[in-house]
Amino acid sequence: MSVTARQGAPPELLEATRSEAALRSFLHGLGGVDAVGLETRVAGLATRSIKKDAKLAGIDLAIAMVDLTTLEGQDTPGKVRALCAKGIHPDPGDDDCPSVAAICVYPDLVATAVEALGDSGVGVAAVATAFPAGRSSLEVKIADTTLAVEAGASEVDMVIDRGAFLSGRYGQVFDEIVAAREASGNAKLKVILETGELATYDNVRRASWLALAAGGDVIKTSTGKVSPAATRPVTAVLLQAVRDFARLTGEVRGVKAAGGIRTSKDALRYLVLVQEVAGPGWLTPDLFRFGASSLLDDLLLQRTSQRTGRYHSADYLPMA
Amino acid sequence: MARTDLDTPTSVTDLVTPTWEYAPAPQATDVVSIAATNDLFIGGDWVSTRDGSTTATLNPATEEQLATYTVAGPADVDAAVAAARTAFASWSRLRPATRGAHLYRIARIMQERAREFAVLESLDNGKPIRESRDVDVPTAAAHFFYHAGWADKLDWAGLGPGPRPLGVAGQVIPWNFPLLMLAWKIAPALACGNTVVLKPAETTPLTALLFAEVCQQADLPPGVVNIVTGDGDTGAHLVSHDGVDKVAFTGSTAVGKAIARQVAGSDKKVTLELGGKAANIVFDDAAMDQAVEGIVNGIFFNQGHVCCAGSRLLVQENVHEEVVDRLTERLGTLRLGDPLDKNTDIGAINSSDQLGRITDLVAAGEAEGATKWELDCALPTNGFWFRPTVFTGVEQSHTIATDEIFGPVLSVLTFRTPDEAVAKANNTPYGLSAGVWTEKGSRILEMAGRLRAGVVWANTFNRFDPTSPFGGYKESGYGREGGRHGLSAYLKPAA
Repeated sequence: MSVTARQGAPPELLEATRSEAALRSFLHGLGGVDAVGLETRVAGLATRSIKKDAKLAGIDLAIAMVDLTTLEGQDTPGKVRALCAKGIHPDPGDDDCPSVAAICVYPDLVATAVEALGDSGVGVAAVATAFPAGRSSLEVKIADTTLAVEAGASEVDMVIDRGAFLSGRYGQVFDEIVAAREASGNAKLKVILETGELATYDNVRRASWLALAAGGDVIKTSTGKVSPAATRPVTAVLLQAVRDFARLTGEVRGVKAAGGIRTSKDALRYLVLVQEVAGPGWLTPDLFRFGASSLLDDLLLQRTSQRTGRYHSADYLPMA
Repeated sequence: MARTDLDTPTSVTDLVTPTWEYAPAPQATDVVSIAATNDLFIGGDWVSTRDGSTTATLNPATEEQLATYTVAGPADVDAAVAAARTAFASWSRLRPATRGAHLYRIARIMQERAREFAVLESLDNGKPIRESRDVDVPTAAAHFFYHAGWADKLDWAGLGPGPRPLGVAGQVIPWNFPLLMLAWKIAPALACGNTVVLKPAETTPLTALLFAEVCQQADLPPGVVNIVTGDGDTGAHLVSHDGVDKVAFTGSTAVGKAIARQVAGSDKKVTLELGGKAANIVFDDAAMDQAVEGIVNGIFFNQGHVCCAGSRLLVQENVHEEVVDRLTERLGTLRLGDPLDKNTDIGAINSSDQLGRITDLVAAGEAEGATKWELDCALPTNGFWFRPTVFTGVEQSHTIATDEIFGPVLSVLTFRTPDEAVAKANNTPYGLSAGVWTEKGSRILEMAGRLRAGVVWANTFNRFDPTSPFGGYKESGYGREGGRHGLSAYLKPAA
């Protein structure tokens, strides 16, 4: 680990990130997570009954938190333009329907998205650093990040090196995040932990703190390419981490749950988690996001049915 | 530094509100019909009282009268015991698998009518519908399912081949888990071939009366289950009745002692499940987020009306501040109010008497110098309510560290070493339950061996399962309920 480490961490964590050994003992000294207790608590919160005004407000909030995503080999400029149009006006029949938070694409399509979104206020998020596996050299990862940022990305979704993390090379993971942070400039840096590969909640907690200490603006569960992707218990561990990080350092960071969230009901359960685990202050698109593709359509169908009393067919929603 | 100003899509900033208020989500109450007046259930029929009187049961959340019911007199108890005695002759000789079939039928009907039971329980008791729906009623049905399976396997209950039922069981249950305590009592008694006269608590008779309907619906032979509603005198008549072979009581230690005196010198077998002042012990290496949940669940579940509640929190001194901070922050999310709202976490105190006792003990805690914290929340104007309360700076000598409060009040004490934790935890006349929070497996096993409590939960609290025996040490009572051990309370070895 190098001098860059010192620059990444907030003052309260300078000691903890001073050396590989210090970082290891800090991460291993974090309290454990009891899986049974965590899952029981999350299942309990899933019984919150969200009705009427709360449901309407929740659905609109969830729409505004969506990072509308396409990450396919078959993506084209045409596909991305369609997605951008949908992201700006998810419901063309209702001007009150909020825009999504961002459009999430591969770096080579950032320029297309930037142009299509114009001054709509919708962000452009680019996955980078050899997404999704992260299996490349630091140089390639940084070049990937630079490509995205120079094309106008306002947000960078990087992946951590899970191999390095699982073999205990925390310093390497830390340094890569610091390097990506620098390469991202003013863009918001989201750090994908790929919790499905970290496997245990203890690992997820350590990776969360590692990413926050290294300067990630947002910690994100998954790439969407690995199963399981986001789960509510794993998201709760991330929310606990940003809450405790704010308590320790005063810095408020965000969480993104990505992959596998498809229904409004599920999205509302995530919002309950955000409110009751991290706190109501995190209920903003700055601090909580859904990485999703099909979720938006279900949110729109539910939004219409809540407002009109009729549940219409997906044929009434513009596809993207 | 807050990074909240980065890249905010301007179109959504107006959506952001300080809190996301959950809209009211009331459970409909028209799923259950409550009779305005209620008779006694004796010999399979609804019968009027012979020498008793009538009183009312209230909804503790509103103080409105729900129904009137019968306070059974001595002649009523005589009739119920006689009906149970008559039914015992055939019920005890019924083919065991057929007895099991009756219990399975009861269990399934309880599941089918779960919504009715849950709503009625919340109305009569004041507990949140979330809890009656997700805990009380399903666990009660589970007790019938579990014991139904035992009915034809009693040769393996641990008393040797051919164990025999005791006869007529007189059972008196409390108001904190009315239906669940009924299930704990009736299911093993019936599975073992006994018949039952059960007296529900004075403030919560309604689910027991609904259960009587279920017995009729399940074609249970008349007299196998008899429900006599009433007060303390009714209960005293029942447990001291010459025709009763077995007494099972769950309730306060004071009443338990009185029952023990009453039945002394008789042939009656007795099990008593009484009070508690459980230690919930948090070590510095515990999984803190889950430990905090366990503390909350331990003392605020069911408004703290739980005999095994984790009412004494013993925290390792080096994490005391952190635990208390996290705990009070977590308590801030508790929602106190209408028990029938699906999002309510803390319901009403069951009665004005109980509210008075809690209020007095909390006043004693303040007078003795402990530091009080209470949840900052509005209380409904009608009904009986108490804010979740945490006392820090509590010493072993304080009243609130020794007396069972039976309400949403937690006393926080500290310890320095495992030995001190054990000594403080055991330093009580009670011994019903205890909790241990640590990520270290060897410490869990060591603590479980040294804690003098009938149940020790590790990294969890207030978990109940029909397969697991439950009961106390010392003034928390004797005998076990549930599991194989619980069967021996309703059986005797072959002659």
